[in-house]
Amino acid sequence: MSSTPSPVWSNPAIKWVDRRMPIFSLMHKELIVYPTPRNLNYWWNFGSLAGIALVILIFSGIFLAMHYVPHEDMAFASVERLMREVNSGWLIRFIHMNTVSLFFLCVYIHIFRGMYYGSYKAPRELLWIIGVIIYFVMVGTAFLGYVLPWGQMSFWAATVITSLVTPIPLVGEELAIWLWGGFGVNNATLQRFFSLHYLLPMVIFALVFLHLWALHTTKSNNPLGVDVKKKADTLPFHPYYTMKDAFGLGVALVVLSYFIFFNPNYFNHSINYVMADPMVTPEHIVPEWYFLPFYAILRAIPDKLGGVVLMFLSILIWMALPWLDRSRVRSGKFRPVFKWFFWVWVADFVLLTWLGAMPAEGTYVTMGQWATAYYFAHFVVILPLLGWFEKTKPVPESISAAVTAGHDKEAAA
Amino acid sequence: MKTLIRIGTAAILATGLSLGGTAAQAAGGHGGPELKHPSWTFDGLFGHYNEDQLKRGWEVYSNVCASCHGLEYMHYRNLKGLGYTEDEVEAIAASFEIEDGPDEWGEMFTRPATVVDPIKEPYENDALAKLANGGAVPPNLSVMTRARDHGPDYVYSLMLGYEAGVPEWVHEEDPEFSVPPGKSFNNYFPGYAISMPQQLFPGIMEYSDGTEATPEQMAKDVVTFLQWAAEPELEKRKDLGRYVLVFLIVFTGVLYAYKREIWKNAH
Repeated sequence: MSSTPSPVWSNPAIKWVDRRMPIFSLMHKELIVYPTPRNLNYWWNFGSLAGIALVILIFSGIFLAMHYVPHEDMAFASVERLMREVNSGWLIRFIHMNTVSLFFLCVYIHIFRGMYYGSYKAPRELLWIIGVIIYFVMVGTAFLGYVLPWGQMSFWAATVITSLVTPIPLVGEELAIWLWGGFGVNNATLQRFFSLHYLLPMVIFALVFLHLWALHTTKSNNPLGVDVKKKADTLPFHPYYTMKDAFGLGVALVVLSYFIFFNPNYFNHSINYVMADPMVTPEHIVPEWYFLPFYAILRAIPDKLGGVVLMFLSILIWMALPWLDRSRVRSGKFRPVFKWFFWVWVADFVLLTWLGAMPAEGTYVTMGQWATAYYFAHFVVILPLLGWFEKTKPVPESISAAVTAGHDKEAAA
Repeated sequence: MKTLIRIGTAAILATGLSLGGTAAQAAGGHGGPELKHPSWTFDGLFGHYNEDQLKRGWEVYSNVCASCHGLEYMHYRNLKGLGYTEDEVEAIAASFEIEDGPDEWGEMFTRPATVVDPIKEPYENDALAKLANGGAVPPNLSVMTRARDHGPDYVYSLMLGYEAGVPEWVHEEDPEFSVPPGKSFNNYFPGYAISMPQQLFPGIMEYSDGTEATPEQMAKDVVTFLQWAAEPELEKRKDLGRYVLVFLIVFTGVLYAYKREIWKNAH
């Protein structure tokens, strides 16, 4: 904010650097005094948590890559060697494996929070779209990484997912061969997947900076969805939100540590400890839990190409949210009808997750089709219509006014 | 905060329910008996291995399993983790002849194994393994308990799950079912027809520590050994994990108190 005076540095070294490249002033402005709405609730913790999960993944991944051998005959054994012979190798690997789940969990909550509180609405459309792109790259990165240990599920997941391009008219077959570097998933596929799995996290890291840049331009949304109007509406980021985020991080690390140390293979498939065998297809090919809803959408459509298209659309459609949601009120708090539809949609998403883990037969397929239909109906029918028909509740005039009103109510009670 | 706690509780409940569901499904998915679940020393927050039991398990492995199943990725030196001394491990290794070479004349030769050698595989290659076992390759056992759902319970149940004839409940599921020649019926094996014949009978071996070698005892000991082979880091992992959890819980408590202190006039 323009009202914040630039800090005057007294340390000569800091002064020298800052005069030539104002990195300390920048940090002061964006991390210390950065005006943050004073009413952010704990749902706002998950963005920074996701960022920390990304950093943990990159660091543990750098050490994994020092011991991993991207070759079809050696990859599986190199992972076993890492877990058995390398000092704390098991710890590095279990940190990496389990933090992926934490990362996806945080990002899902972060996305749903944005949906509930209308964080995608003007002027935050670009911030939101960059976020969806980050999610897209995450999906790709996680998929590539899951292939690297070269277990049975690695190999067959790679086969199923890369085959998704084959129904594309005219070029599909050619495209698959080009992706594989052969006539099926093979050593060349593994090597390129390793290369890309190392590259994409850096891309995510760069995108996160764009995401933060856009965020610090438009500033955070808040549970009331009203714009920050005066100084009393905000608190400096430090110490208020640094402390709140630190506490949230502590809770997340307790949960993460439980899985790393006491249930490290909980999110894994046991069959992935059987080395990849192109001659033996596993009974059920199931992706990781964070892909299940989209896997359910893929399988709901009897036509292969249609399934692939819908699966991609199911994420792409998030990008159009700022324009599909016609309501002028941001926060779901003041939208009595939307609120319900939001939770129904979340339930639908959870249902799709469950269906993704079930075999594609009988009632599961029918349920998957209805759940998929509702998933899209929420975006293309319900949200646009709500904007016209919903009678929203009165929105408070400012954040501080709402906070004071809350205090008055408490005092009266 | 309240909503968050409420939703968190709901999520934990839901996970619990679905897990319970999965476990029930895994065990009771067919009409047969449920997976046996003996108490394992390595389960839970304070899980650990018992060295006497690990040594007995190694004796079962080397007397019964080792003629067909290997322990890939493991070396004789790893056996020190069972509680054997350096000398004992050297003696165990030296009892195996392995091929080495070529020497300066270009010839391959055999020599006794040393502690740094990989544990000897029963077959030189998969083709030989298939030839000796009716077309099936006996799987590597060093990751077996990690490579099956409910691994230790599954392997334990499998070892004790043989039946002389085909039980009634199988024919209720599939009246056509019969065990192909060369295979055995096992309650827990997917498809029930397993290539490995029953192995654990009373009196097939004696333990060096004098424990009575009943099939249940041998199954329990060998599964503990296999669990150690699959997760040799388990004790270290859980020891460290307890410190980490206690530290993080206390530290998070401190952070919460400090957060409240900072925020007390800001709401």
